[in-house]
Amino acid sequence: MALDDRKSDFKFVGTRPDRPDGLDKVTGRAKFGADAYAPGMLHGAILRSPHAHARIISIDTSRAEAHKDVKAVVTRVDFSDKVEFKPGLEGEFWNVLENVMAGEKALYDGHAVAAIAATSALAARDALKLIEVEYEVLPHVTDVDKAMEPDAPVIREGAADYSVPEGMHPNVVRYHESGHGDVEAGFAEADLVIEDSFVTEATHQGYIEPHACLATLGNDGKGELWCTTQGHWIAQKTCAALLGIETSQLRVTASEIGGGFGGKTTVFIEPVALALSRKANRPVKIVMNRSEVFRATGPTASASMDVKIGMKKDGTITAAQGVFRLQGGAFPGAPGDMTAMCAFAPYNLTNVRQVGYDVMSNRPKQAAYRAPGAPMGAFAVESVLDELCNKLGLDPVDVRLKNAAHEGTKASYGPRYERIGLVETLEAAKAHPHYSAPLKPGQGRGISCGFWFNHGGETSVSLALSEDGSAQLMVGTPDIGGSRASMALMAAEVLGIPYENIRVTVADTATLGYNDVSHGSRVTYASGLATIKAARSAVEKLCERAAAKWGIPADAVKWENGHAVPSGPNAGDFDPMPLADITADMGSTGGPISGHFEATPEGAGVSFGTHIVDAEVDPETGKTSVTRYTVIQDAGKAIHPDYVEGQYQGGAAQGIGWALNEEYVYGDNGRLQNSIFLDYRIPVASDLPMIDTVIVEVPNPGHPFGVRGVGETGIVPPLAAIANAVSKAAGVRMRQLPMSPPRILAALKEDG
Amino acid sequence: MDYHSPASFAEASALAANATGVTRFLAGGTDVLVQLRSELVTPDTLIDIKKINGVSDITRIADGSWTLGVAATGAEMSEHAELVSDWPGVVEAMDLIGSTQVQGRATLTGNLCNASPAADSVPAMVAAGVTVTVTGPDGTREVAVEDIPTAPGRTSLAKGELISALNIPARGANGGDAYLRFIPRTEMDIAVVGVGVNLRLDGDTIAEARVSLGAVAPTVLLVDECAKAIIGTTLDDAALETLAAAASAACNPINDKRGTVEFRTEVAGVLTKRAAKTAYARAKGEQA
Repeated sequence: MALDDRKSDFKFVGTRPDRPDGLDKVTGRAKFGADAYAPGMLHGAILRSPHAHARIISIDTSRAEAHKDVKAVVTRVDFSDKVEFKPGLEGEFWNVLENVMAGEKALYDGHAVAAIAATSALAARDALKLIEVEYEVLPHVTDVDKAMEPDAPVIREGAADYSVPEGMHPNVVRYHESGHGDVEAGFAEADLVIEDSFVTEATHQGYIEPHACLATLGNDGKGELWCTTQGHWIAQKTCAALLGIETSQLRVTASEIGGGFGGKTTVFIEPVALALSRKANRPVKIVMNRSEVFRATGPTASASMDVKIGMKKDGTITAAQGVFRLQGGAFPGAPGDMTAMCAFAPYNLTNVRQVGYDVMSNRPKQAAYRAPGAPMGAFAVESVLDELCNKLGLDPVDVRLKNAAHEGTKASYGPRYERIGLVETLEAAKAHPHYSAPLKPGQGRGISCGFWFNHGGETSVSLALSEDGSAQLMVGTPDIGGSRASMALMAAEVLGIPYENIRVTVADTATLGYNDVSHGSRVTYASGLATIKAARSAVEKLCERAAAKWGIPADAVKWENGHAVPSGPNAGDFDPMPLADITADMGSTGGPISGHFEATPEGAGVSFGTHIVDAEVDPETGKTSVTRYTVIQDAGKAIHPDYVEGQYQGGAAQGIGWALNEEYVYGDNGRLQNSIFLDYRIPVASDLPMIDTVIVEVPNPGHPFGVRGVGETGIVPPLAAIANAVSKAAGVRMRQLPMSPPRILAALKEDG
Repeated sequence: MDYHSPASFAEASALAANATGVTRFLAGGTDVLVQLRSELVTPDTLIDIKKINGVSDITRIADGSWTLGVAATGAEMSEHAELVSDWPGVVEAMDLIGSTQVQGRATLTGNLCNASPAADSVPAMVAAGVTVTVTGPDGTREVAVEDIPTAPGRTSLAKGELISALNIPARGANGGDAYLRFIPRTEMDIAVVGVGVNLRLDGDTIAEARVSLGAVAPTVLLVDECAKAIIGTTLDDAALETLAAAASAACNPINDKRGTVEFRTEVAGVLTKRAAKTAYARAKGEQA
């Protein structure tokens, strides 16, 4: 048989059929996290610290336990005592345990300290009031710069890993430094050097579905868990460790997911529900309310950054340097390293140096949020670039083109790029009618580039053919962006059977091998690659069966448009044999036919984008309207263009929120002030313009069809692009996010 | 929690007068139910007044004034063409509250009794000179809207008292009203500043005016200095500047998650000018 490894002509890939899960989702038939029920089920509720930082002196649960509707109460002692504390991210299981149930100290407003399972959700909620916790309130810190000062309260001694230089505050837990060349020499060559400082606030992913789960765990150490998650194997592994049971004895099923954006790549309530279930010996369901989601899940990090860039009069960047301080809550994990590595990645630089800090404070443990760390760095770097262009009278797209990274460029973070599509996105931006459209008075235009690594990760896929010639495909990556449609398209392309004849299922942890989380923009790349290879392995078997029927060697048969055909005139003269003719009697010709593939693919292929934004600022109130928005991004190959465009638009929409109004607001008491959607201001539909998209396709050499992940790059440029547009419209440089009306009006006043 | 659905306001008043603990009246429920679910207020007694006859009626009286039942919703007001024509400012203020779904339940009376300084409909009602009928153990009395809220979350209503009707004056000739609020988004938000302006013209000159500010003090304000700044003028630039200065001077706001003292003070002046221009244009019969 002959199979082309590379493919550029497609029959199914690139079309836009309805998504397989569409009807379920628009009719309410789809089952999300909170939609599971079990006989005898109890309802769990979690008691949370009202203090930002407090020692837990005692917890008295006796009155709650005596309540007639309460069946179990758990605190930290009900979890495994074998989970080891280690510095930095090495002890991540311990960090997660400490986060889902406080130990000696409550570390942030909203930190879980105890939980109850009762016969109704209302009874559980009311019974929480019967738990008496005695706290010794400690000094707290929620600001990243203050958390690094010598007199800042220490969140946890010994949390810093080997990377942190001596003499730093114990709240600095990881340190990253990289780059190449000689930045001082580079600055000396520049005609203009600009150095500036920038601040961003923490934001939440704002997924519409709160965390929810249904857990069963018996005293035999066997359990079942249903939960809304981006990755049920990581949930399985983590919960098993935290409960002290064997991983394989816990079967985890991922529900449909109402948004994740990185925030559902870890566990919060799942281990607690399992602990309650083990104690009550009944199934326990926990559903977070929105306030709990804001206070006690994983928002992104806040950042404080200094960036210095030198440029020649012709726009050549001579040197670039950045210091990025990220606060990620009361645990290691703030992506200061990612911010540093991504900040200058779009550019071909001779001299570059970047430093990143991971800093702890009394806030919830940060989680991933689309391209974690990258948007903040891009905000700082692309703002300085914009200012350099303004001062030197240069076109911002031309300057970026002049310095753009390309195939062979040594990236700011080390490796040399393979084939990449940054230049193509910039050229598309320059040619786009948006870039040359006239602006009205009071409006400004901004542009920015953005970069994300993309990721491969452990991947396992199985495909089974049915006797009628249809196919079922089992993947292990929860569908957060239309991936069932993309997988079905890729399988259809290989098998040559209609898209509609393929049913894609997100398999549970008991029915497929380990799969990494749906994160890192990896699903269409990695599960897609595995789907293609699983389908090819099934095709190989189909060809063997046809060869046997024809009585010719297997390698004399090839697969074309869903049929086995002789590979050439010498192979024999046989009519093409359709797939369904082979599967119809497969039971008697050698048994069921399936295909399987598992690997940790390494060729994810980095992705770049360029955004163009027009903004209008009301000079009397400081209110910003985004009047036009265009996203241009390299997708490598768009499998289902609707969902590629959806990712582009979604990144822009979330970026608009982050840039303009979203922020975690902490009071002097360290309590979160805006833990509901009324005051945590994500954009509403009428806040957004139509977001135009341009899909650039520079194929990724690491994927059979050329796919590059698209889920994350789209949120990298918006903060900077919008800040550049607003700064032009307002006539004053905005260095702090969000650019809320009070901040803009104050900046205008200060500017006189 | 005890739930009651009385058939008359007298019965509702008696239930409230004899209740112990926390009592709440339930009309639209768009504040009460939200507060209940978020555990901010857990009433011991909940008195549903939607089942009293006539509570959803919007009635024009012979003298041109209006009586609104306490359960008349924002959606019903917006769909009432004559009411919209008479009092566009009052209706647009109510219409800004919440979502389409909330509009199907929310009421002017509920917005008033929730006693938030940021309530959108209240500055518009104060500017319009709206009064409410209060039923209590001692019968009924009529009270100006501006005299109901006394502090954030508090009203002047005594135990056993509740609002039983809302009275909007006759519009009369050459009048116009308008309401504007500032929010950082385009909808679904709480006013950072709210301004209601109601005026009547004699030719091109403003003969009467009432200006009310929301979200800039512990209660909604009726600002006489603002009225004085524009009465006797044609709303020329000088009058607008005096008006803005008077509005800013009347502010006594706080710094919070929704806005700063400086921002609220400044924007109160800006919005008052803009609302006055709209009310003036409406009084002249222009589309605005």
